[in-house]
Amino acid sequence: MKITVAGEKKEYADGTTVAQLIVAEDVETPQYVSVSVNDEFVQTDDFDTTELKDGDEVEFLYFMGGGAFALGETR
Amino acid sequence: MAFTNEQLERYSRHIILKEVGVKGQKKLMEAKVLIIGAGGLGAPAALYLAAAGVGTIGIADADTVDISNLQRQVIHSTPDVGKSKVESAKESMLAINPEITVNTYRKFVLAKNVMELIADYDFIIDGTDNFPAKFLINDACVLAGKPFSHAGIIRFKGQLMTYVPGEGPCYRCVFKEPPPPDAVPTCREAGVIGAMGGVIGSLQAMEAVKYIIGKGKLLTGSLMTYDALTMEFRKIKLPHRHDCAVCGDHATITEPFDYEQAACELN
Repeated sequence: MKITVAGEKKEYADGTTVAQLIVAEDVETPQYVSVSVNDEFVQTDDFDTTELKDGDEVEFLYFMGGGAFALGETR
Repeated sequence: MAFTNEQLERYSRHIILKEVGVKGQKKLMEAKVLIIGAGGLGAPAALYLAAAGVGTIGIADADTVDISNLQRQVIHSTPDVGKSKVESAKESMLAINPEITVNTYRKFVLAKNVMELIADYDFIIDGTDNFPAKFLINDACVLAGKPFSHAGIIRFKGQLMTYVPGEGPCYRCVFKEPPPPDAVPTCREAGVIGAMGGVIGSLQAMEAVKYIIGKGKLLTGSLMTYDALTMEFRKIKLPHRHDCAVCGDHATITEPFDYEQAACELN
């Protein structure tokens, strides 16, 4: 299937979940990222069970502070 | 209010714009903007709004100027090291434009004082560096019905969004709640390229000016992101979260409250 991730068209296997996409896209601080699919937020608890469909548009929204500190990466 | 000859000259590049004109400049001169944080974001925002002739500008910050601030906080100069940030900011703003009024608040913005602080202002700029403050400012502005600009910067990236009461999502719709202070590690020292504050803080000033003169489209309902390494600006559409705890259909937050600061945010 073809999906749009942060504005870029990409090919992913059918049935890819939001959680799998976060790993595949190497998202920074995955435990704190907000995700929207087709302009609707996906609840964090639903990342594992939300399967993406052909044509979906996915956005990752990141916490950003004021520059002195960053959220830590646990990976 | 009639303009003096000096004012006509000082603001001539505004007045000549059809979107501003004498009317818009008058609105700017009557406007009151509060800037929370006199750091990387607040510095350019405060300088541009002072230069623009925004009549009353409040600036809140509890800190003193440190030499490590000077790489990006262009409102402060080397002789200001050790001085209170709000006093240093006020001096720079009045040096650019002695016509304006600058109110200084040398304090941390907390649940106990935030409502009183924002009450007198038309627009609020969040130039803070930590998540508890960002959520506090969001909640207070939503509850008080005040428009505000959120921004964040880190390394080579920045983002901002604008909240206007009744027009689109708030910061909490997007991020729900701050990361827990005891998450290990919740945060660590990071860098930020100095000009990033200039880019994003200036965009915050731009949003304030547009809001005041009532022209153009604001970043309501969208998050603008900027990546300096790829030189990409993106505007990401933000949905409204109907179950948002402060602006949703069944809001549970009815007054501002303080989140615990993560240990690394206290120094």
